[in-house]
Formats: sequence, C-alpha cells, structure tokens
Amino acid sequence: MIGFLLKRAGLSLVTLWLLSVMVFAGAQVLPGNIGRAMLGPFADERAVEALNHEMGTDRPVLVQYADWISRFAVGDMGNSYAYRAPVGPFLFTALVNSAKLALVAFLLVVPLGIFGGIVAALNLGRPIDRILTVVGLSATIVPEFVSGIVLILIFGVWLQWLPISATWPADAGFSTQVYHLLLPSIPLVLILFGYIARMARAGMVEALDSDYTRTAILKGLPRRTVIWRHVLRNALLPTISVIATQTAYLIGGLVIIETLFHYQGIGGLIFTAASKKDFPMLQAGVLTVGAIFTLASLCADLLYALLNPRIRVGGRE
Amino acid sequence: MSVADPAAATPATSEKASGRWDHLRQALRSGTFLVGLVIVLFWVFCAIFGTEIVPYDPYADDLLNALMPPSREHWFGTDQLGRDVFSRVIVGARDILTIAPLATLISTILGAALGLAMGYFRGIIDESISRIVDALLALPTVIVALLALVALGPSSITVVCVIGFTFAPIIARTVRAGVLAERELEYVFAAQLRRENALHVMFVEILPNVLPPLLVEATVRLGYAIFAVASLSFIGFGIQPPSPDWGLSISANYGLIGAGYWWTVLFDGAAIATLVVAVNLAADGLQGALDE
Repeated sequence: MIGFLLKRAGLSLVTLWLLSVMVFAGAQVLPGNIGRAMLGPFADERAVEALNHEMGTDRPVLVQYADWISRFAVGDMGNSYAYRAPVGPFLFTALVNSAKLALVAFLLVVPLGIFGGIVAALNLGRPIDRILTVVGLSATIVPEFVSGIVLILIFGVWLQWLPISATWPADAGFSTQVYHLLLPSIPLVLILFGYIARMARAGMVEALDSDYTRTAILKGLPRRTVIWRHVLRNALLPTISVIATQTAYLIGGLVIIETLFHYQGIGGLIFTAASKKDFPMLQAGVLTVGAIFTLASLCADLLYALLNPRIRVGGRE
Repeated sequence: MSVADPAAATPATSEKASGRWDHLRQALRSGTFLVGLVIVLFWVFCAIFGTEIVPYDPYADDLLNALMPPSREHWFGTDQLGRDVFSRVIVGARDILTIAPLATLISTILGAALGLAMGYFRGIIDESISRIVDALLALPTVIVALLALVALGPSSITVVCVIGFTFAPIIARTVRAGVLAERELEYVFAAQLRRENALHVMFVEILPNVLPPLLVEATVRLGYAIFAVASLSFIGFGIQPPSPDWGLSISANYGLIGAGYWWTVLFDGAAIATLVVAVNLAADGLQGALDE
C-alpha cells in the first residue's frame, strides 16, 4: 500500500512538472517578444524593451523558468500585467467563486447520475435503459453554451423563474447565492450526467452478473438486500474515480459557462487574462487548473485503493 | 473496448479481422447509426451546397429589416444587421465542418502512430510518452487551446493544429491498448521471425487489426472536435467574423435574448446540438456493432 501510494504520488509530481513546462512554454516562449505582443505592432521599440526589462522577459528562457517556478512553488504567482497587482488574491477569489458553482453542480449531478445509472442497469436492455443511455450520451456532447442559451431562454426569459446573471447582490445570503447559481450549474450537470450514469451503469451490470450476486440471490435474500448490500458497494467503485476525474472537464466547462453568465470564477479569470494577453495571470490560472486536476485524480486513485481491498493489500490490480 | 483477449485469440487472424469488418457492416443496419448518419449527411450537404440553395446572401446587411421575427419571407427571422438567419444557419455548417474533421484527421494519424510506437516498443518509449500524455490530459481541451491560441494568435489553422495535437494522446491511448493485445499474437511473431522491420510490423501487420476501434474513437473525437471548435468560436478564439459560424453567431447575439430576440440564437444552437448529437449517435452505433 505504501509503495503504491509513493509511486502514485511520484508520478503526479512528474505530471505537474511537465505541466509547468508546457504552461511556461505556452505563455512565455511561444508568444516570442512579450512586450511587443502586449503593446502592439506600432509601439516604440524603446518602450517595448523597457517593458520587457521591467517584466524580466528579456532574460534567458531557463532563468525565467527557474525564477517563475521557484516563486510559484512558494505561492508568489507574480504580478498581473493588466491590473499591475499580485495575481494571488485575484486567483483566490476566483477559485472560491468557481468552487461554489462546481459544488452546486456536483451536488445535483452525483446523485442524479448514480440514480440514472442504477435505474438503467436494473432495466438492462429495456427501453428505459436505452433511453437513459442515449439521452445521457447526447447531453454529454452538447456544448455548455448551447444548453445554457436554451435554459436562459426557457427559465430566465420566458418563465422568469431564475435570474439570468450568476452574479448575486453584494450582501446576498446563502440561499440567494444558490438561487443565482442554479441556472449556470444545469449545463454542467447535463455534461457530467452522461459520464457518471454510464460508469454507474457499467459497474452495476458487472456486479449484477457476478457469482457473489448469484449466490446472494440463491440463498434467498430479498432483492432489495442483495442490491443494497452486495451489488451497490462493488458497483460504485469505478464511479468514484470518474467523478474525481471529471473535475478538470468541469473546470474546462467553467470557462464557457462563466463567460456566458458573466461570473467571476477561475474560468472567467482565464478567459479575461487570455483576452487581455495578461500572461502571468493566464499562466497562474492554467497551472492551478492542471494542479487541481492532478490532485483530484491522485485522490481518486488513493480512494479507489482504500475502498478496494484487492489493491489495498497489494495483490493483483 | 474491442481488445481481443490474447488467450482466446485464434491463430487465424485474418478471419478475426474480417469478422470485425462484418460488425461494421452490421452497424449500417443499426437505428442509432443510421439516424446519426442521415443528420450528419444533411449538414455536410449544407456545408458543400449551402451557398447555392439559400434564399438570401448570408453576408448581406439589410439594416431596415434588422431583428425581424420569423416570417414567411425570413423563416428564421433576421439578426441585428438584418441578415437572414435561415441562410446563415445553413451556410454556417461550412467552416465548422471543415475545421473539425481536419483536426480529427490530424489527431487520428498522429495518435495512431504514437499508440503503435507505445504499444509495440513498450518500455522507456511507452513510459515517457505516457507521462507527457498524462500531463496534457490534465488540462481541459478548451484551456489548452486557449493558451496556444493566445500565444500564436487566433486563426483557423491554429485551431486545427491545437485540437489535432490535444486529441492525439487520447487516440494514442486507444490504439496502444489494442496493440498491447495484438503484439502477443502469432502473426506478429511470424512477421518478426521473417525479420520484417519494426515499421512494417507496426503499420502493415498490426495497424489493420486495430483499425475498427480506431475508427470508433475517431468518430467520437469528431464529436468532441465540433464541441471544442464551437466553444472556442463562442468565446472569440475560434472561427473569426464575418463567418456565419454557429458559435460565433450565438456569441454576437446572446446579449439580445433578454430583450426577447430568441430567434437570433436558438436556431444556431439547434444546429450545433443536432450535429454533435448525430455524430455521437453514429459513434455509438459503430461501438455497439463492434461490441456484439
């Protein structure tokens, strides 16, 4: 178990390091002359040089990388070009906002997805199984801004049940915040429902087909007990890792949703930084997203190992 | 996936391969596949012949008739510049149906090559490519694309390359899994005993046997490529104006829906939704036929 843990954590570190190299390359090497990219093609050459010197982007690439990553590791994410202020506080506020949105979406989709998967598996091959599978599959692939627009039209404009802006008044309490987050979270729910339901269904089908389930049924246990005590426990293991893995895709979707609903989260921050060519902000935002994903999938694997005795005791995978 | 169990595999590989192609022929008879195919073909037809069949010039402003609701003259109404929404939706299929398939093609070729190398050589090559793939997959496609598009400047070619490169690792994974099962089979040993070089074994002997799962994965990726291109266009980093592209039109008009001008966005949204769902249904039909 300890060996597995260490190996898995080590691999995550390697992934993070590679990620930082890619993000650095994307935001600081590819654009070439950063000062020129920010000031535009008509700016004075001296102004460009002065800006490059001020930002430190006239130093050798490796020096810049070492400087950036060592500061980043201790929490100093540099100064935003656009706001002329440290990136950290902006990023923190944005992360808190996004976490709220993501939490609402997760609280809705996890029970729904698992329930959908279970219903589909218990009705294997019947029309309801087919409908759930096709609907889930279709909802997963429709871009968030398309479902978001339709939802805004129906619930925000025609029925006027829900506010169309995700930003709540400054003194809003808990329930008002949730109320404002409901509409933006539904497109995310639609995207994730299919994945979670598909995994839950596959896990259920496998568990229902297993020898221990047959034994439980043959020794005369009621169907309800068989499903709760024997099937569900084994069936939902893979679903846990899928749920954790989906965080990254959730954040990818946040870029679109937060733009559509004018919400100041990490996705909105990355989009604004990209539009303004605010490279330090962009780097910090993207690397944070990657780090969150890497941590989430590490946690998923560890949780999976903890819950699955075959891995816990160091047997075969 | 349709990875063959090495123990159950028969020596007569050619029979197994042809069996898989039979499955694909079967897919043509499955309902979901056909529905998906018909809708995709409809949009492909619009992309190719759209400009010939639409009633109005999709680029022509007509400010006197701006924001008209759907009527007999303008089936889908007009947008804020008075352009006919119906004509724009039909012609709007062109750019996305050029960029997304091109991106999928790049990722399929690149991914197949990578996956073959990883699965065939294993060891250090597999390990190091796997790590890079993991790092790439730790970022959502839209964010990777955003980073690259900011760095290189938005253009259609950049969009094609970025999506092609970010999807390649996912395809490589599928191919690698297939190759790992195939490389243990006797026809591969036979080829190695004949002292065929590695490239020949990979591309001539193994590749045809992993083509069916590769085809399914490529179809799935096509759906996601359309998803990604539409999303990028919506936030202004994909297809650029004045294209009548769907995502771009929604991004230009969604500020107006609070005022009730629903027809400026709803039809474009429906177009994107039908296209991605159709591609996905086709992929599901193919997958189902392979699993049987």
